[in-house]
Amino acid sequence: MTQKIQRHWLVWPTVLAGVMAILWLVVIAMYQVDPVYLISDKLVTLLVIFVIYLIAYIRTKEHLRAPWREVFHRKLAMIALIFISVYLVIALIDSIHFRLPLQKNTVTEQAQYETRVLSLFDVLVMPLRKRVEHSYSAPFASYGLAKETLELAAGREVRDYPRLRYGGTHLSDPNSQTLTDVARSLAKAGLITLVIWIVLVAASIYLLAWQQGQGWNEKRQQIWREQTIVPWRVVFATWGVVLFIITSLIILSADYHVFGTDKVGQDVLYLSLKSIRTGVLIGTLATLVMLPFAVLLGMMAGYFRGIIDDIIQYIYTTLSSIPGVLLIAAAILSIQLYIAAHKDTYTLVEKHSDLRLVFLCIILGITSWTGLCRLLRGETLKIREIDYIQAATALGVSHFRILSRHVLPNVMHIVLIAVVLDFSALVLAEAVLSYVGIGVDQSTNSWGNMINTARLELAREPAVWWPLLSAFVLMFILVLAANLFSDAVRDAFDPKLRRLSGRV
Amino acid sequence: MYAYIIRRVLYAIPILLGVNVLTFALFFWVNSPDDMARMHLGMKRVDQAAIVKWKQDRGYDKPMLFNPKASGIEQLTDTVFYNKTITLFAFDFGNSDDDRNINRDIQKRMWPSLAIAIPTFIIGLLFNITFAMLLAFFRATYVDIWGVISCVILMSVSGMFYIIGGQYLVSKLLHLVPISGYDHGIDAIKFLILPVTIGVISGIGAGTRWYRTIFLEEISKDYVRTARAKGLSEFRVLFRHVLKNAMIPILTGVVVVIPSLFMGSLITESFFGIPGLGSYTIDAIRQQDFSIVRAMVFLGSAMYILGLVLTDISYTLVDPRIRLE
Amino acid sequence: MTQPILQVDDLATYFGHVDKPVRAVDGVSFSIAPGQTFALLGESGCGKSMTALSLLQLVPAPAGRIIRGRINFMGQDLLRYSEAQMRTVRGNEIAMIFQEPMTALNPVLTVGQQIIETLQQHKQMDYAAALQRTLALLDAVRIPAPKSRIHDYPHQLSGGMKQRVMIALTLACEPKLLIADEPTTALDVTIQAQVLNLIKDLQRDTGMAVLLITHDLGIVADNVDQVAVMYAGQIVETASRDAFFSNPRHPYSKKLFAALPTRHKRGQTLEIIKGSVPRLNRIFSGCRFVDRCDFAWQACHDAAPLWLAEADKGVRCHLYDPKVAKAAELNPAIASPTPSASATFTSTTEAPLLRVHDLKVHFPIRKGLFKKTVGHVFAVDGVSLEIGTGRTVALVGESGCGKTTVGKAILQLVTTSAGQVHYADMPYGQLDKATQRRFRGEVQIIFQDPYSSLNPRMQVGEIIAEGLDVQEPTLTPAQRQQRIAELLAHVGLPDEAISRYPHEFSGGQRQRVSIARALAVNPKLLVCDEPTSALDLSVQAQILNLLKSLQDKLGLSYLFITHNLLVVEYLAHEVAVMYLGRLVEYGNVESVLNQPLHPYTRALLAAAPVFDQQGKQQLHALEGEIPSPIAPPAGCHFHTRCPQVMPICRTHYPIATRQAEGHRVSCHLYSDVARQQTK
Repeated sequence: MTQKIQRHWLVWPTVLAGVMAILWLVVIAMYQVDPVYLISDKLVTLLVIFVIYLIAYIRTKEHLRAPWREVFHRKLAMIALIFISVYLVIALIDSIHFRLPLQKNTVTEQAQYETRVLSLFDVLVMPLRKRVEHSYSAPFASYGLAKETLELAAGREVRDYPRLRYGGTHLSDPNSQTLTDVARSLAKAGLITLVIWIVLVAASIYLLAWQQGQGWNEKRQQIWREQTIVPWRVVFATWGVVLFIITSLIILSADYHVFGTDKVGQDVLYLSLKSIRTGVLIGTLATLVMLPFAVLLGMMAGYFRGIIDDIIQYIYTTLSSIPGVLLIAAAILSIQLYIAAHKDTYTLVEKHSDLRLVFLCIILGITSWTGLCRLLRGETLKIREIDYIQAATALGVSHFRILSRHVLPNVMHIVLIAVVLDFSALVLAEAVLSYVGIGVDQSTNSWGNMINTARLELAREPAVWWPLLSAFVLMFILVLAANLFSDAVRDAFDPKLRRLSGRV
Repeated sequence: MYAYIIRRVLYAIPILLGVNVLTFALFFWVNSPDDMARMHLGMKRVDQAAIVKWKQDRGYDKPMLFNPKASGIEQLTDTVFYNKTITLFAFDFGNSDDDRNINRDIQKRMWPSLAIAIPTFIIGLLFNITFAMLLAFFRATYVDIWGVISCVILMSVSGMFYIIGGQYLVSKLLHLVPISGYDHGIDAIKFLILPVTIGVISGIGAGTRWYRTIFLEEISKDYVRTARAKGLSEFRVLFRHVLKNAMIPILTGVVVVIPSLFMGSLITESFFGIPGLGSYTIDAIRQQDFSIVRAMVFLGSAMYILGLVLTDISYTLVDPRIRLE
Repeated sequence: MTQPILQVDDLATYFGHVDKPVRAVDGVSFSIAPGQTFALLGESGCGKSMTALSLLQLVPAPAGRIIRGRINFMGQDLLRYSEAQMRTVRGNEIAMIFQEPMTALNPVLTVGQQIIETLQQHKQMDYAAALQRTLALLDAVRIPAPKSRIHDYPHQLSGGMKQRVMIALTLACEPKLLIADEPTTALDVTIQAQVLNLIKDLQRDTGMAVLLITHDLGIVADNVDQVAVMYAGQIVETASRDAFFSNPRHPYSKKLFAALPTRHKRGQTLEIIKGSVPRLNRIFSGCRFVDRCDFAWQACHDAAPLWLAEADKGVRCHLYDPKVAKAAELNPAIASPTPSASATFTSTTEAPLLRVHDLKVHFPIRKGLFKKTVGHVFAVDGVSLEIGTGRTVALVGESGCGKTTVGKAILQLVTTSAGQVHYADMPYGQLDKATQRRFRGEVQIIFQDPYSSLNPRMQVGEIIAEGLDVQEPTLTPAQRQQRIAELLAHVGLPDEAISRYPHEFSGGQRQRVSIARALAVNPKLLVCDEPTSALDLSVQAQILNLLKSLQDKLGLSYLFITHNLLVVEYLAHEVAVMYLGRLVEYGNVESVLNQPLHPYTRALLAAAPVFDQQGKQQLHALEGEIPSPIAPPAGCHFHTRCPQVMPICRTHYPIATRQAEGHRVSCHLYSDVARQQTK
């Protein structure tokens, strides 16, 4: 082993967090924006910092790294991880909120801002957001869905399908040209993807070779023969696919509404992309909220037993006996009332719907911590009888130290598995709850709200199917990726399952 | 055995009390009855008299926990908490906020719910266990690998897509069965086929995968090796030895939901327009009818606890090691 | 010579990934004659169980697979059999008993159902006939009241009874070959003797051949005709029993004998086999034993030794290969080590370090609505003993007798119900919390299972430092580091162990870490709870030697809890024999083992398969099983199993009487009262 100077593991995450903060301040100063910190944004920031420190910590512990290596060795898991990362990145840049400056008022010299709160993501996809049609239009359409009374140049009126304001305007005869034009755009996207991909892959191989002190060619062959821990060949291929999807979406949505438009003419692709943040936030924040309670109470119940155990068991049995949907309904109804009664406090629409989102996370957390708590209690009951705890007691180690140094590290894999498993369940739950009317606010973009409206749209004649399809595709990819990834995590971290899957 | 059941029932009382305190706190402390009245009567331009009347009609005008004006035991009983909560223990749910008898509603609406829930539950269970046995039989072959991947794909689709897709395909395009609605008697069947089928399909992914894990865990145990060493066929090993042992963990998840079946499924009933308890609940939530929601919360909790007791009793049927005392 | 019933040629079974397989069985050949008992002897992980599973083609697929070889059973090559054909062999012609009777039987089927099922499968019997046969079988394996037992579920039977059921199950179709994979390892010595005798008797009656797989030299000495020693996936020596015990040839076999602790080796260090069994996922270029062999020379590193067969024996070692061996190499001190001058043990007269007086630990059994106490488990029920400075007291007894609880009670890891523990004349149990925490350092414990006694999430350095941090929080980091390094050196572990995790170590090395952790706080007394019983023989000697040298160097006292009488003879000064929560005999090791007084002690000694070069001996099995500690029998606890039971034994518990100097026994045979009564 090479003897490098061992820096403390806290150093690099702190530097990283610092750099990020400074970057943000620079952006604020440069573009003169008014930062808006929603509660959920703050929680996301907290979560990101926590994860960065967690990764830094895991890197120091061999027993934590080993199972992760196994996860990263799985091809399906890596493919899933790449897709999840795309979602996470979108959710993160969609969580940076601010108000853009208006033209400076020359009289007062005071900075003035738009009333609308935007996110960094909105700014990046500004064209999508701005290109609003009159009403429904199908994917890649150049005409509206419903006939309208059009005024011809001669002053005559005729009922026909109107040309869209933005979709397919560059085509003279959309009916015959759309297909070839889309194909041409895809070819263009393919070409651009290829160029970017080659540069990216070459750079990655170079970096990997440099990091491990190997030659470029040697590394390339190693990757091609799949002799690396991370299956880079598959990773690179997935990058290609993801890049192609992204570039073709960018190129195509310059000319078309790829997923059509909704009732008020908004681009459906934009709406479903905006829904990513809601899904991801609920999937992560709800778990984060419940984690401290579940871990602490579960461990305490199992370790101390007796009256403490009785009380904690009573609490979680009571909570888990209430059907989850009804508890959420009860809580959300109360909060709705509360928000309605305190309307003055939440002037911004964003703030008031954000509050509801955060409350939903909390209440989802409360309904889902009991399962983990019960698991941890059972595991702690087992662990406390194991010899190394007895040995620690015999050495006179205090209860707190035993819990933090002996019990906690040995139940962490259960916590991790629970967090990863819960993610996809929570994303699915959001859709159901929003449908029932106890999910996120109507004004928040979410797949649940999209499905809710899509249900009626499907009954129209002709059926408006694209919002549903769009929500379905985006949600399905995220949930499938999360499920595949959590499978790999569970296999790697659960010793019992590892035995079952028959690998030695 | 009887002593055990009595003990479990007694243990249920503090839990249900806890449930009631919690819902009471959510409904009456976070929000005052005044807020509720305002909500129901419309937020704007509500005069105080209407609010008072609304509260009086529904008995929300009494003190919350303690009535200093009353005398004796009535100091505790003549309160909102007692009237709205303790009566629940007698399964007397009172009237809804729009003055309908909740008990009567439940009695009427539980049948459609059962008509969907029971077939879905039984057929789903049979399908899941059969598929799981198949995967376990072909374990570590391509059948198993692709079976598991199919399961993961199936369970990654939101239940609502199954319903919407099924309705669109079967009813709207193929016109095989009505999209939604319900009828009583034998005519109900044509309304039930689709929801039951979709209910079964949407559960296959998660169910099959879960039971497969249970079977594989059993298969790795020593007694299976003994059974093989006796010269038994793989089929016999699976059905006689593994299945019987796997019933123990399977029952844990299965029996507990049986009492709750009549509460219906919120989503299915609402999409298919079935007048069951599920759509009753969803309507109550949408109309913000707190009395119904509280009644359903209590009923749900009671059924869950009943489910736990039934689970314990069912263990004694399949596991000779367990005796309830 | 008769045609062998089973002839195995060049069998190989691999595990795991195709590119980097674990070669669990790597070219094993042997043959078993009809009616013969053939022992496959080897340490854990040498591939002996995998060999047995390969014979029946029960290797867990798809991880494991048979790569090559021939298994010739009664003229047929089993490896050419289809799965369907194999099923007619399994349980019918070749039957197998597994190690763990607790888990080998299906918990939700009755004993009867499981046996009848086999009969119906192979013999096409109808139910009534199968039932009759099952009753006969249960009777044959000496299960009392088979008519009622046939409807019992496995959990209603004790471990010994389960193993009998297992034997009945395997005998059901009168197999030609019985494979017994460590059939008694999970059982107590007295039960072990019963089961071994049973197999021997049944073999005599039915004429079947037995393949006995074991790690225990004692069992081999008593029960077999032919021995094969397995090491790292290969057979390294076969010989007839007599030849093997009088003149073991392979260096590994020789070492096994030398490493066996016995009384004759008191006061000297045991021969050890250095290192541990190599991992089987690599390719060996030379002899697999080379790194641990005292005789190894260059040839052993360069080329793998060939199998050298002679008549009924064979060995795989360059020493015996005339083409390789130099004449000089054959002669080195192969004879067993001569006893060196044994150290004399002076009994100390000063006050004992630890005095345990009338210690009781009763665990309440709670039932009902208000968790009312309805009874007690009398785990420890009045134990008194003393441990002097620098002395070793062995606490001997079968599982469930409460010996581990005594150890935990001394450390205050369980709450005592009554009695006192005085440590250096201080009432250890009644100290306030702070003082007690400080005194924690004085008495330490070493556990049986080296895999559960170390936290898998902590580095070895952290594990050892844990006690230091509590007991000596004032140490500077440098001092702390220094101490850890010293401790590692003390227990014979390399310096770099400090930053490694427990899973990187073998069982023996883990046990060293455990010892280092205990020593970190400078204890005076170590409670050793079966510290070697989970270890292989070759490693056991290393740990025993270490404990012994630490005692000499540091003047430690040991309370050595064990069921292994060989270890007692080797290590202990005093012996306390425990039965059902009470001591039945207590005295110094010579007098207790040479003149055992209590019938239970005698039974224990008779049941232990003693490694003895003279000849076969019938194990003297003790009838019955240890009763439940919830309701111990009235009178003397042992009267239900005692061969010399008297009327008084059923009513009165005998008080301890002093026989020779320091030799106490609780038995009516030696009490004056009883003697007078019988007159």
